[in-house]
Amino acid sequence: MLLVVLEHDRGELAEAALEALTFGRTLAAKMGADLHAALIGSDSSDLVDEAGRFGAETVHVVTHPILSDYGSEAYGAALAQLIEEVDPSAVLACASDRGSESMAFAAAHLDLPLVANCLEATPGEPWAITRLQWGGSLLEDITLDSTIAMLTCGVHSVAAEPAGDETPDVEEFEPELDDSLARTVVRDRVVLTQGVTLPTAQVVCGGGRGVGSAEGFDKLEELAAALGGVVGCSRAVTNLGWRPHKDQIGQTGTRIAPEIYIASGISGAIQHWVGAMASKHILAINIDREANIVTKADWAVIADLHEVIPAITAEILSRR
Amino acid sequence: MRILVCVKRVPSPGAKINVTPDGMAVDATHLGFTTSPHEECALEGAVQLIEQHGGDVVVLTVGPDEAEEQLRYAASVGAASGVLIPAGDAWDPQRTAAVITEAVGRLEADGGPFDLVMFGNESADSGGFQVGVRVAHALGRPMVNGIKGIDVGEEAVTLRREIDGGFEVYEVPTPAVIGVKEGLNLPRYPTMKGRLASKRLEIDRLELDAPAGGQTMVRLHRPAETESNTVILGEGPEAASAVVDVLEELGLA
Repeated sequence: MLLVVLEHDRGELAEAALEALTFGRTLAAKMGADLHAALIGSDSSDLVDEAGRFGAETVHVVTHPILSDYGSEAYGAALAQLIEEVDPSAVLACASDRGSESMAFAAAHLDLPLVANCLEATPGEPWAITRLQWGGSLLEDITLDSTIAMLTCGVHSVAAEPAGDETPDVEEFEPELDDSLARTVVRDRVVLTQGVTLPTAQVVCGGGRGVGSAEGFDKLEELAAALGGVVGCSRAVTNLGWRPHKDQIGQTGTRIAPEIYIASGISGAIQHWVGAMASKHILAINIDREANIVTKADWAVIADLHEVIPAITAEILSRR
Repeated sequence: MRILVCVKRVPSPGAKINVTPDGMAVDATHLGFTTSPHEECALEGAVQLIEQHGGDVVVLTVGPDEAEEQLRYAASVGAASGVLIPAGDAWDPQRTAAVITEAVGRLEADGGPFDLVMFGNESADSGGFQVGVRVAHALGRPMVNGIKGIDVGEEAVTLRREIDGGFEVYEVPTPAVIGVKEGLNLPRYPTMKGRLASKRLEIDRLELDAPAGGQTMVRLHRPAETESNTVILGEGPEAASAVVDVLEELGLA
């Protein structure tokens, strides 16, 4: 049996969970195994049907008073106990912050290897796995010797696709968790941005060193506003202090997956590219026809971004 | 405060990463080396904490002899001492975590307990997302990864982790383990005085080893290049109309 761990936040299923189930369906078929899902947390039982729509045959709902909100250690310990209880051949989560963290804690509890950011996995003795290195700029083939294969799949390495209309079986499980594990449970949340954000936007207008200054981003902000999108940037820009780090797209920033990524004044170093490559379409605006991002884009405009971006914004507004 | 920061030496890539002919490493012939970015921020964070609260930063690395360069760099920006655990080939995360756990025990026996042990969220190269968690679990200390904000109180640290549209807050008792993400700060550059001091840094070599875990590298390779037939929509601001045509076709304008 393959057990897929589903990420949610206080009862709202994460895109990462649906990606993990989509990845898991292919893997379960290769294993010739049943597909089970784990929902950890007291408020997750409403998500069972959604898990079914994405292919889960059985859903294990894991509840305990400490699991009323996310906690790194409590989730890891609960997952480790569930694994011991239901004895899967493999366990999979999406390599989001929470997915990576809970799986690492569970693997540490069980003293098992954890293979992070898998792209492809072939079951066997040993397993043969291809995983991401350098955020996806390089691939690493590995073998895995383990009684239970603990895997995470890369964020956006597959697009979430529903499977059908199954109503899964539900099995409840209550782990034994020490009160002390409450020490790493989320205490509070602070909302800074309402509405569209970099990880969820359908249009992202990214700027690099070529934007020239913090003020230069005003033109990108205007274009983003006209398209209902958001502004992002490269690592060079955050290092220069022109934009906050939360706007950074890349290996050490946010991995985006919009309908279109408009990349302006960005050369497309690998650190940036791996954060942008899941975009469905890419339009590059650059003065250098040979820039890495231009050669990888669907469309390009060879121009000074300071001239062409205001022209695009004006054209959008004039056609309304 | 006494803080241990664990860093990794990694190649410093540009537009492309090449692999050695045997496929077992990054071809660093034309690349420099650096400290993995999240860990550079962990180090800066630790130095800022001792500037506010007093104390010492110890920096530790598991790697080749050349990783001494990263320890000296750490000293140049404020670390007081450096520890090198020699590891020839790339070790798997379980093996790395086991030796770091043992090293923490030895360093604490010699120099007193660490209030914080800091890691990067994940290394830039192999990206296993787990060494810090495994060390914390083995030490029985609380750990949260992905941290972009740290405030130290009397017996606890307040930690902030970025989430979509904001951040979540953790209150973790010390001693604790923290996995830092880039964005916690903008790391400083070394001063001339710092550079000179780093040359005098005495590096403590700890010869430790542990059994290999279950994950074994076979080879590294580059992903297949996606065939790109970039359509040039135009040159100069006259291209705006063609751009908006594309956006309309996608239903976005």
